[in-house]
Amino acid sequence: MAAAPKIHLKDVRKAFGDKQVLNGIDLDIAPAESVVVIGGSGTGKSVLIKCILGILTADSGVIEVDGRDVTHIPAGSRDPAINRKFGMLFQSAALFDSLPVWENVAFGLIQGERMSRKEAKHKAIETLAKVGLAPSVGDLSPAELSGGMQKRVGLARAIAGDPEIVFFDEPTTGLDPIMADVINDLIIACVKDKGITALSITHDMHSARKIGDRIAMIHEGRLIWVGNAKDIDRAGNPYVEQFVNGRAEGPIKMQLRR
Amino acid sequence: MNFLALIGRVVLGFLGHIGRLTIFAGTAVSHCVRPPLYPRLIVRQMIDIGYYSLPVVGLTAIFSGMVLALQSYTGFARFSAESAVANVVVLSMTRELGPVLAGLMVAGRIGASMAAEIGTMRVTEQIDALTTLSTNPFKYLVVPRLLAGLLMLPLLVLVADIIGVFGGYLVGVYKLGFNPGVYINSTVDFLEPLDVISGLVKAAVFGFLIALMGCYNGYYSKGGAQGVGAATTNAVVSASILILTSNYIITELFFAT
Repeated sequence: MAAAPKIHLKDVRKAFGDKQVLNGIDLDIAPAESVVVIGGSGTGKSVLIKCILGILTADSGVIEVDGRDVTHIPAGSRDPAINRKFGMLFQSAALFDSLPVWENVAFGLIQGERMSRKEAKHKAIETLAKVGLAPSVGDLSPAELSGGMQKRVGLARAIAGDPEIVFFDEPTTGLDPIMADVINDLIIACVKDKGITALSITHDMHSARKIGDRIAMIHEGRLIWVGNAKDIDRAGNPYVEQFVNGRAEGPIKMQLRR
Repeated sequence: MNFLALIGRVVLGFLGHIGRLTIFAGTAVSHCVRPPLYPRLIVRQMIDIGYYSLPVVGLTAIFSGMVLALQSYTGFARFSAESAVANVVVLSMTRELGPVLAGLMVAGRIGASMAAEIGTMRVTEQIDALTTLSTNPFKYLVVPRLLAGLLMLPLLVLVADIIGVFGGYLVGVYKLGFNPGVYINSTVDFLEPLDVISGLVKAAVFGFLIALMGCYNGYYSKGGAQGVGAATTNAVVSASILILTSNYIITELFFAT
């Protein structure tokens, strides 16, 4: 990689009690690159993203964003300039149900950047249009929206502040295949095409192939395979092969009681 | 051995709880005095806690005042001290029943809803979302509730005091046959500013405690619907216990000689 990495992870570790969730993660993400992390449920994918965001603090290792070490700084104590680089689409969309849709989208602008409400509403409607939602949706409450629409509003909220890095936590989970593909297309249009760096976690292989430049497979807290998205079928790694093809039999053993 | 381990676990768990709560309260208070504050949210919470609690607190107060007058009259009649009814009503209301009953009612109404709201935000990742949108959840969620509780409870209690005394007046004059002027005179004559002030100080402390327990339990709730339910219960129970305990301590500070 020629350019300096946007996000640099070195030997990141995180444990909850006795359970070592991240067990030495090394990963560099170049500017404007889209990396997808795949892996089974409970393998630490979400924890990885939350450590980078500063919602959780890693136990050891190095996390650098644009060359600045943020490993042990929780989000609230970080330089606001760093927090402003991030956008995040949560798995459940995590919209604020006490606020109308437009205020959700404009939230970072009003609270974080102190933009006037009028200006922020204008920008929110603009951003809603980018994810294919009509201005009238802005006045609805999040509870009135379908799952797919909530995800789209979540996406609009994530990109409204013009972030440099966007995280996607299972963007297509729980959606029908068509809506999932709509979300994939939106992610490509809103993120990849604008040169935004993206880190996604998913176990939807179709989505991973579509939105990822590179794919990394996480298993038991380590990245066991990192490579170009188009090479995923020729990974030559039995773990990756099992996951990609969705087989119950293979080296990855599910913790099942028999 | 197992038994000792159990005791140890309970004690350590309890101490951990106290420690977390102390750190939580310290962080919250430190955010109360550092900008930015959110006036819009503070006002919304004040309306929620103050205005919308008025009916409940008012009803509680009027019936407390009425029953106080009735009970003390029948009691005092045994040693011909009926004239003390007005004093008993006003002192009990301002010093004790106003703050404590209003506090307990608000703990049930507001403490529970705070814990449920913040707890739901926690389990649906809305609190994490706040963080990613450059907003400190303490400033956005906890500080407005703490400030509103601290400011509104004394006002509520002042209203409760007046309504409670009025309840006593109603029973005294229309049922027990006191002369209205005499009743009002003996209400005012023996009342000292400290009686009312101590009640208002109690109310401010109770308001802070209710909001603190609601926010704390909601903030650390986990595990979906069941976790939020447990947080709500804990918020109301712990706030009620703290109200009754701190009520004694404050009374001791004010009136013990």
